Amino acid sequence: MPGPGQSMHTVATEDSVIILEGVSKYFVTGKRKIAALQNVDMFVRRGIITGLIGPDGAGKTTLMRMSTGLLAPDAGKITILGIDATSDSLLMEASIGYMPQRFGLYEDLTVMENMKLYADLHEVPEELRPPRFEELLHMTGLGPFISRLAGRLSGGMKQKLGLACTLVRPPQLLLLDEPTVGVDPVSRRELWSIVYRLVREEGMSVLLSTAYLDEAERCNDVILFHEGRLLGQGPPESFSEPMQGHTYSVSVPGMKNRVLQGDLLRCPDVTDAVVQGDRVRLVMEGTVPPEPAALLPSAKNMSLTPVRPRFEDAFISILRRSRPVSLKTADEGIVTAAHTGTSDDHIIEVKNVQRKFGDFYAVKRITFSVKKGEVFGLLGANGAGKSTTFRMLCGLLPPSAGNLSVAGVDLRKAPAAARAHIGYMSQKFSLYGNLSVRENLRFFGSTYGLSGRTLRENIQWALERFDLGDHEEITSAELPLGHKQRLAMACALMHNPDILFLDEPTSGVDPIARREFWHRINTLAERGVTVMVTTHFMEEAEYCDSLAVMSAGEILALGTPAEIKAKAVSADLPEPTMEDAFISLISDNAPAQKTS
Amino acid sequence: MTPENVKKTARTSGGLPGGGGKMRLRGLLRKEFLQILRDPSSIAIAFLMPVLLLLLFGYGVSLNAKHVPLGIVVDNPNADTSSFIGSFRQSSYFSPVVMPGMRQAVTAMESGDIEGILHLREDFSRQLRGPEGAPIQVIVDGTDANNARQISGYVQDAWSKWLGLRSIARGSAMNNIPVQTEQRIWFNSELRSRDFLVPGLIAVIMTLIGALLTAMVMAREWERGTMEALLATPVEKREILLGKIIPYFTLGLGGMTLSVTMSFFLFRVPLIGSLFVLFVAASLFLFASLGMGLLISIISKNQFVAGQVAIIVTFLPAFILSGFIFDIRSMPLPIRFVTHLIAASYFVAILQTVFLAGDIWQVILPNALALVIMSAIFLGISTRKFRKRLE
Repeated sequence: MPGPGQSMHTVATEDSVIILEGVSKYFVTGKRKIAALQNVDMFVRRGIITGLIGPDGAGKTTLMRMSTGLLAPDAGKITILGIDATSDSLLMEASIGYMPQRFGLYEDLTVMENMKLYADLHEVPEELRPPRFEELLHMTGLGPFISRLAGRLSGGMKQKLGLACTLVRPPQLLLLDEPTVGVDPVSRRELWSIVYRLVREEGMSVLLSTAYLDEAERCNDVILFHEGRLLGQGPPESFSEPMQGHTYSVSVPGMKNRVLQGDLLRCPDVTDAVVQGDRVRLVMEGTVPPEPAALLPSAKNMSLTPVRPRFEDAFISILRRSRPVSLKTADEGIVTAAHTGTSDDHIIEVKNVQRKFGDFYAVKRITFSVKKGEVFGLLGANGAGKSTTFRMLCGLLPPSAGNLSVAGVDLRKAPAAARAHIGYMSQKFSLYGNLSVRENLRFFGSTYGLSGRTLRENIQWALERFDLGDHEEITSAELPLGHKQRLAMACALMHNPDILFLDEPTSGVDPIARREFWHRINTLAERGVTVMVTTHFMEEAEYCDSLAVMSAGEILALGTPAEIKAKAVSADLPEPTMEDAFISLISDNAPAQKTS
Repeated sequence: MTPENVKKTARTSGGLPGGGGKMRLRGLLRKEFLQILRDPSSIAIAFLMPVLLLLLFGYGVSLNAKHVPLGIVVDNPNADTSSFIGSFRQSSYFSPVVMPGMRQAVTAMESGDIEGILHLREDFSRQLRGPEGAPIQVIVDGTDANNARQISGYVQDAWSKWLGLRSIARGSAMNNIPVQTEQRIWFNSELRSRDFLVPGLIAVIMTLIGALLTAMVMAREWERGTMEALLATPVEKREILLGKIIPYFTLGLGGMTLSVTMSFFLFRVPLIGSLFVLFVAASLFLFASLGMGLLISIISKNQFVAGQVAIIVTFLPAFILSGFIFDIRSMPLPIRFVTHLIAASYFVAILQTVFLAGDIWQVILPNALALVIMSAIFLGISTRKFRKRLE
């Protein structure tokens, strides 16, 4: 297979707005020295959108911060707009606009006050301000909210205000650090259209980092990073083109896509298999079309059609060369013991549940139920009410009104009894950073009352099942993100729970770790464990048996992924994706939400 | 545009000396004041806490005993005993309660109704006329050692005064009159503890605003990620630091004005020295406090840690080691040495002098010099350590 992107990798020219030559950066945590960037050579061309793509820990933020002069490289040279970023940073900062990950807004200042502050900092002359402000407010749609405090804006609006603040004086180079993470798909689309417009009308050069691989295809040029190393640079097609002839769409009637995907991943010569819509996307190592019968002898009537490759296929295939996916599932798990397969019993019942914080409704009268052995997803942007719902279900937060029952126990009456049945993995993984992997497992096991032989056996099981054996004496703070996620999940499973709650479990981890993760979830569900998961990755919704799409504390739609997508079918969109469905649900509900 | 051109445009638009910086500083100042006004915790620390502390120390804490309930047991009442007891009734230090017997007095002391017992025995009058003089028994509740010492001191004082008066009245043995010690108290002639506590408290309040509040708001900018956005603009580090120093300096002087007004009008603390000297000294102390606050937040960059460190290295020492409550001269030598490292101790010395004794330059100048040196050190280190970088 040819190296994706490598063919397009030319030398930096006069027309480069960012040039990195042999740049390395190290951080010291405890006794370990971690390389955030290793000997990176790259450039960003003028007048286009360059995407900096990679999972968390790839070095994207470090690169962004070095390009703004906020960090100095340990080795190498960074040139921004012809200026040395390290020695002449003040001069360089006058020509760039930078939006950090958290937007850099003052939450107790209003929209207009924030814009005025940045106009002062960038020394925009008074007479130029009114037209520029008007233009930015129009572009971002923030016009009606100028006197609202920034802290009271939704995630999407904050993102747009952050952008407006970096644009008060039109910069020549715009640096956006993960502007779309956690923001709802509607706001994501709007942000992209603003960025396109800036490039087209104001001739700006844009460097934008993202962990969403599907956004790579929206960029003119893509720089792919993984664990501090540059994997390739070129237009998105230059990555996906070499994958031509490797990609297929597969389905087997009467077989669950999740099961099919798991089986395919275990076949030889398969690079990747991922649930996509109603079918499974298959990426083969070779270009020879696979024979369905040879691939999976057990599957009858397999339909296999070639499809166009996409950026993610290339990324996975590049990563796969250095790291195989680990799919340990066949061994006997402790978790299998107490559970039997799916049944129609509702293990979670939520009726008219509300949660108020002050006069703000985080969750408004939601009702749904989850069957035993089901994978149930809560899909929504940051601030939609997913985490609040979760905390109520885990008995961590009492509801303001309504009924909740988990495993047959009323959570308002006996939250402690219900909690013995559940395993909970929080967004931040909640591990003890200065305890080793084994100590974390022992601690979480003992909090659920395990001791003696059972505890020892379960720790052993977790170390083996989650591939943590090699790391058992390392403190959890030093683990790579993907390992942390595995450890957190192992901790949540130590007491053999009936229900597993996972709050944003895959946020930030690389696509291979995500695949491994979903594979484990599928295995658990097959064995009768009920799994509830929240996510803001639209494509992950496809892995769920049932979904609740949430926005502003309300459930907009409830059903299987296919049912939810069916609601968005129109003449223009005969085959809508989950993202299309989400956007159409939001826009249908928008007038209703505004009046409430 | 070639890189050279870019360089030129950037320079002409960004590097205007003076003129451009003013706009940036103005923006930062406006931002900071708006934040102070909208953040209830800033207002609480800057105005509510001072008022609370002043009320607490002005009204609640008193280091001198007044109207101490004292049980008096007289085994054999006669003219001598009633004359002696009568002298207690005139004293404002005591509220004497005559008890029928020792048993009742002990019970009253145990239940805390009285704080001391004065016992005049059966043979009081007889012994009084003897060569030794009559003994009186004083039993004091020792729970509060300071209080106990004061009560026994007052009783002894009352006893010797009465003896003196008695011998004068009887006119006998004129040559035998004990030497009368006449006490004169300078600088706080009414011996009101409030008069030296309240001025000292001003140093504590200013530490709160200068160091604690400043360290917290600066750390908050790091924590919330706003500092990162700020640093990526063409703002200069001098402007960022001034953007914090000016607002919190102003707030500190506001707190000072409030405290001085309250101590003068509410607590009637005399201000013998000049207001001008007071405010100059306060300004010097504020610079030292701000320097420490900035330094703490530059090192920790985390609100919780910055707050804790500020309390431990600035607020508590200002309370305990500044001479505000405990006299530095009565501290052990090593601790006395430590007090020299505490800016508040110099300020407390100036405050107490200016309020109670006047503009005594021999005291004010050396202490002011120490404050100048400390301000220079802390502001200097902060400026050096603060980088337009994230590491």
